[in-house]
Amino acid sequence: MTTTDRLIGAGVERLDGPAKVRGTAPYAYEQDPGEPICHVAVVQSTVNRGRITRLDPSAAEAVPGVLAVLTPANAPRLGEGLAADLPVLQSLDVHYQGQIVAAVVAESSEIAKAAVGAVAVEYSASEPDVALGVDRPDLYAPPQLMAGFETDSVIGDVDGALAAAAVTVDATYETPTQHNNPIEMHTSMARWDEDRLTLWDANQGPHNIVNDLMTAFGLERGQVRVISPYVGGAFGAKAFTHPNQILASMAAKVVGRTVVFELTRQQMFSLVGHRTPTIQRVRLGADPEGRLTAISHEVVEHTSRINEFAEQTATATRLMYAAPHRRTTHRLARLDVPPPTIMRAPGETPGMFALESAMDELAHSLGIDPVELRIRNEPERDPERDVPWSSRNLVACLRTGAERFGWAGRDLRPGVREDGRWLVGTGVAAATYPARRRRAECRITGHGDGRWTVEIDGSDIGTGAWTALTQIAADALRVELAAVELKIGDSDLPFAGGAGGSTGLASWGSAIVLTAREVREQLDERWGGQLPADGVVVKGEVPGPSPHAENYSMHAFGAHFVEVRVDRDTGEVRLPRASSVYAAGAIVNARTARSQFLGGFSMGVSMALHEESVVDERFGHYVNHDLAEYHVATNADIGDIDIHWVEEHDPWVNELGIKGIGEIGITGAAAAVANAYWHATGLRVRDLPITPDRYFRELGLA
Amino acid sequence: MDTQITLRVDGGTHPLTVDTRTTLLDALRERLRITSPKKGCDHGQCGACTVLLDGRRVNSCLVLAVTVDDAEVTTSDGLADGDREHVLHRAFLDNDAFQCGYCTPGQVCSAAGVLAEAKAGWPSTVTEDLTAEQVDLTDDEIRDRMSGNLCRCAAYAHIVPAVATVAEAEGVRR
Repeated sequence: MTTTDRLIGAGVERLDGPAKVRGTAPYAYEQDPGEPICHVAVVQSTVNRGRITRLDPSAAEAVPGVLAVLTPANAPRLGEGLAADLPVLQSLDVHYQGQIVAAVVAESSEIAKAAVGAVAVEYSASEPDVALGVDRPDLYAPPQLMAGFETDSVIGDVDGALAAAAVTVDATYETPTQHNNPIEMHTSMARWDEDRLTLWDANQGPHNIVNDLMTAFGLERGQVRVISPYVGGAFGAKAFTHPNQILASMAAKVVGRTVVFELTRQQMFSLVGHRTPTIQRVRLGADPEGRLTAISHEVVEHTSRINEFAEQTATATRLMYAAPHRRTTHRLARLDVPPPTIMRAPGETPGMFALESAMDELAHSLGIDPVELRIRNEPERDPERDVPWSSRNLVACLRTGAERFGWAGRDLRPGVREDGRWLVGTGVAAATYPARRRRAECRITGHGDGRWTVEIDGSDIGTGAWTALTQIAADALRVELAAVELKIGDSDLPFAGGAGGSTGLASWGSAIVLTAREVREQLDERWGGQLPADGVVVKGEVPGPSPHAENYSMHAFGAHFVEVRVDRDTGEVRLPRASSVYAAGAIVNARTARSQFLGGFSMGVSMALHEESVVDERFGHYVNHDLAEYHVATNADIGDIDIHWVEEHDPWVNELGIKGIGEIGITGAAAAVANAYWHATGLRVRDLPITPDRYFRELGLA
Repeated sequence: MDTQITLRVDGGTHPLTVDTRTTLLDALRERLRITSPKKGCDHGQCGACTVLLDGRRVNSCLVLAVTVDDAEVTTSDGLADGDREHVLHRAFLDNDAFQCGYCTPGQVCSAAGVLAEAKAGWPSTVTEDLTAEQVDLTDDEIRDRMSGNLCRCAAYAHIVPAVATVAEAEGVRR
């Protein structure tokens, strides 16, 4: 083997980049199934809770070019044991608006879409119950939260400490329903070859999808293959199986042809999940020097009638700051809404908006600089688990960010800076996200000619995994980058969990490192360090969480500094500049990592200023269910963003010392914007988004 | 109703039969399997399907295929000269101006349109001198003109310098 400079850390250009900029990298729909493709379009329920009383497909069936109309009356029966939203067309019951109640399969997309309008459906339905509130009598405590977190945590006497505190904050923050909205719409193309199913699909982890397809269609492992080498964004929406993958497979089976089901943008507001709205009461108690004595964070959020998704909204509050008395709680309401799911940093994203806004309010009450307030409350150990940090450099992020941004000398007073029509302010907030590792397997093949093939069912949903994993493999095998051929995004490859929870590189990268170590040992032991002419194949794995996870608290941290300008004539909010600094362990690819941090932070700005899925409480649907009305940040909304990270060596998290960077950028970002908005205007907006009309509403002028 | 048309795409000529309801985007993607332009909304709201139609950028999901029988369609793939990448491709790669890549061919076509519009002196909502013969593609000009192309990965702050580099090289940025 040849030696080479370390590739980890280098800003290697994306290996999949040339194909992506030209548009030739094949996403799900763009794969070649080897035969003409027919198309699925669906009829969706117009009621939230009820039952189909009449469903007449005959007019649709009569449309030339229609191959089949699937309904609960004729759809093939699916296997038992699927998540509650997956048994498509198995029942006449309706559980949420937008549920698939019939599907047309046709020779072309035009015919399928037109025929959908010819399916007659009638319902008996009850009034939709979709409004979340803290006074609902049916709020309940779920048995546990997403990712296995405990529902509540209580340490000490919070109420007593709050009553005795010199300074307190007691405020309620709200975040609205948000939709992930990756730009590639969820798309599944299915082909059956006798009893074998191939699905070209947009997802975050083919193995996740395979398991549900096996259950749905009674297949053995090896009878299903899910292929997803390129995915056009996901942000959590493509992590789990949704009805589309099941329906595409079912339709292909019924018509005996390759079919594609490409959701419309509108359908993505009901069929592939959303982030729950949250109502969060935060109470902080502090002594006159700003040392926290009590932290209380109580969360109310929703789930659907048919699934329990309990977002872990207050879990970041369990570890951010020191305080002897502390409490976090989560309560859910079951509403007639589509099933919620994970969306970029579920939990931390809404939770850190509340906590970091409250810290800003406390800093103001105390007359202390908000950076200094955070530093004064830096915990030496994880304050609830009472274990040491594997590494924690929040203070370094705050200090570095303050310097890069030019924070020093900031006037603490709100609403006193003007630049023509513009009111100008600056704000800060912290960021955090857990560092986790999951089980993953890997196969490395050394070819006699010096080429290496590295196979693992990881995913690149835009993260840069194609490139970063190749770098990791080349370093681990001690060969040139060009000697490694990586294969990911295919369920026929060795098992790996999906891209989610910022665990991708930590898990897949560790599996590659451990397998490569085994390769080198075998070469040394059996072939004197030389690759034999007929090659070598080694399979390895990483078993799961770091063995040190029990004894250390493992998290990445960061700090955002932003400038906000508010037009006092129109209420328009601009973000001309920001500095965002992270401590996230080793950085594998400096170029793609910068984009991960930038994208996360910018999505947080989008959350702060634009994103809200508006539900009509009378009719129970999302009113603004497209990209013209569900606003996401555009190019003109994002100013000059300075992304930076501090050196951090963490020996405990995993083989590579990496913490995962896909999600931390969004956490805290919305609070930084809201805090700067307050600093500019003197108006504290506690429920997002901060749209232009908010300025006049907060002033009592609208 | 079906109609016979001929589409000229990226230098190739394709006679085909389309449903009169077929959009240019669907004609490209579903009939010809030319999948460089992407579908992100099908309603002209995201820009992922942007192509150049006789040199001008359009959302191909808003164009009916039967109306462009005699036009020249250029996709991001078609901007390249065979295996040689276009200067915008190189600029997007140099600046890591994308992540998932799905909106990217549309961004690239849009950027090509922006450069042509600036050279032709077309003002935008942020242009201060509306009478100037040529526009100076400042960062704010680029941000404004590229805002019809959504990027959910939010690579915006990298797209701006990518377009700026090419604008500078082509003399539309001071």
